[in-house]
Amino acid sequence: MSIARLREARAGWAMTAPALAAIFLFFALPAAASLLLSFTDFDIYALADLGNLRFIGFDNYARLLDNPLFWKAMGNTLLFVAFGTPFIVILSLFAAMLVHSRWLHWRPVWRVALFAPYVTTLVATAVVWRYLLHTRYGLVNYVLSLFGAGPIDWLGSPTASLPAILIFVGWKSFGYNMIIFLAALQTVPRELDEAARLDGAGWFMRLRHVTLPAISPTFLLVSVLTVAAMFQLFTEPYVMTQGGPAQSTVTVLYFMYEEGFKWWNLGSGAAVAFLLFLCILAITLVQLRLARRAGAL
Amino acid sequence: MSARRILVTALAALVALITVAPLLWMVSVSFMAPGEAAQFPPPLLPQSPSLENYRQLFETYGVGRFLANSLLVSTLATLLALLFTIPAGYAFAKLRFHGRDATFRLLVAALVVPGQIGMLPLFLELKAMGLVNSYAGALIPWLAGIFGIFLVRQYCLAIPDEMLEAARIDGASEAQILRHIVLPILTPIIVTLALFVFLGSWNDFMWPLIILADQELYTLPVALAALSREHVQDNELMMAGAVVTTLPVLILFLALQRFYLDGLLTGSVKG
Repeated sequence: MSIARLREARAGWAMTAPALAAIFLFFALPAAASLLLSFTDFDIYALADLGNLRFIGFDNYARLLDNPLFWKAMGNTLLFVAFGTPFIVILSLFAAMLVHSRWLHWRPVWRVALFAPYVTTLVATAVVWRYLLHTRYGLVNYVLSLFGAGPIDWLGSPTASLPAILIFVGWKSFGYNMIIFLAALQTVPRELDEAARLDGAGWFMRLRHVTLPAISPTFLLVSVLTVAAMFQLFTEPYVMTQGGPAQSTVTVLYFMYEEGFKWWNLGSGAAVAFLLFLCILAITLVQLRLARRAGAL
Repeated sequence: MSARRILVTALAALVALITVAPLLWMVSVSFMAPGEAAQFPPPLLPQSPSLENYRQLFETYGVGRFLANSLLVSTLATLLALLFTIPAGYAFAKLRFHGRDATFRLLVAALVVPGQIGMLPLFLELKAMGLVNSYAGALIPWLAGIFGIFLVRQYCLAIPDEMLEAARIDGASEAQILRHIVLPILTPIIVTLALFVFLGSWNDFMWPLIILADQELYTLPVALAALSREHVQDNELMMAGAVVTTLPVLILFLALQRFYLDGLLTGSVKG
């Protein structure tokens, strides 16, 4: 190898080494350690003195499967995934198509306005929405009352709490997915859509036969990202409902946080984290397979 | 034709209004007197706007301290993240070295692993390093930004090799090439990345909540969450707190939204 080549290789490693070291130390190592930790009874006693640490095999997992609150958290999270994903994906696609529309004036203004909630602080807007969803004084119930709908106890009733949080999450996050969709829509040739329109295809027909097939990889990307985000809900229930009422908004991550940092059952918490990862991975793989079968990839 | 234009634009305006309404509402209520917002129908504008809630936040609840903490942590997180990711992204795109492609593929695969998986062991690791309850502990996760490396690499791929080769023949070192040739070309993506990290670290909640124990060190979101648990009834005060927490990043975003949105738009198509 020439000296120039050697110098280049040395520079390459020197430039990547700091980032790679950080990724290894603070990301890869802890993620892998999570699995190990989940086989131990790491708790507040082990935190004080590592001598108290024991290897307990699958005990954490067995105990989790016997814990009704874990199942409740898992069930709630799956509800968030099942209802939140289509809700947010469709909302984002609709917003992207609206902003992409050739008949739209002042496009950049609307683009920025719809994206704004995404850059706001989650905790702050959760506080705002907790108030907007107030049963008696909230703006949401006021608007509903204009249409004759009775007051809904959004955050106080176990059946309304999950939809309430979904409305907030949808508002907060659709702008980001909208931008991803927008990027994809800009690559679809206008002529294709125009030709279909001249052939008499209506709005829905064009969406179904022109737009969606053209952006299907992006559709998949957005769904994968949204599923992962739905699995990782934590701040919303922490700030808005503290998991209540009647544990209706305890998510898997909320459960992990309480298990780990409220009760200091770090071994058990790590088992929760690892199960969460398996869920996300499994659903992502299913989505990829479905997409491949549908010819999107 | 023009009827359609008006219709679509009106629809967009309506959707945009609904979208920003909660933020406008937040600002309006923050100027109201205590208890004024607890009425039905909810008042849209304050009867006699006052800065009382803001005065209370800063004088009684010491929000200035949390604001300073947030500014410090987010600024440092941004600088460190750039320092770590830009050279790495460039090297993965343009420098040939053994194991480069395999390493990069591994990094891309790691993107599917959510950061929360390792949070408990990371907490223990930082505890062993004595970094729990410190600014350094809050900064640590931002050093390991795989997404940033990915973004920089994508952008660097477009730099023509001949340009770098010419500089090498002129005797420039790789570090000089990065500083004097690559960095200027990368400016748009650096602004985008800096904004990403700044917004991300400013808005982050779960990790600072875990790693920061002393109230002295709280960032704004952690402090606001704690305050709002104690003051569930004080809507006006909480709205002012939400404004203080949200406004800095919203202004930053609005000022640089061209970079940010364009960066996102190009980044996601190439990816």
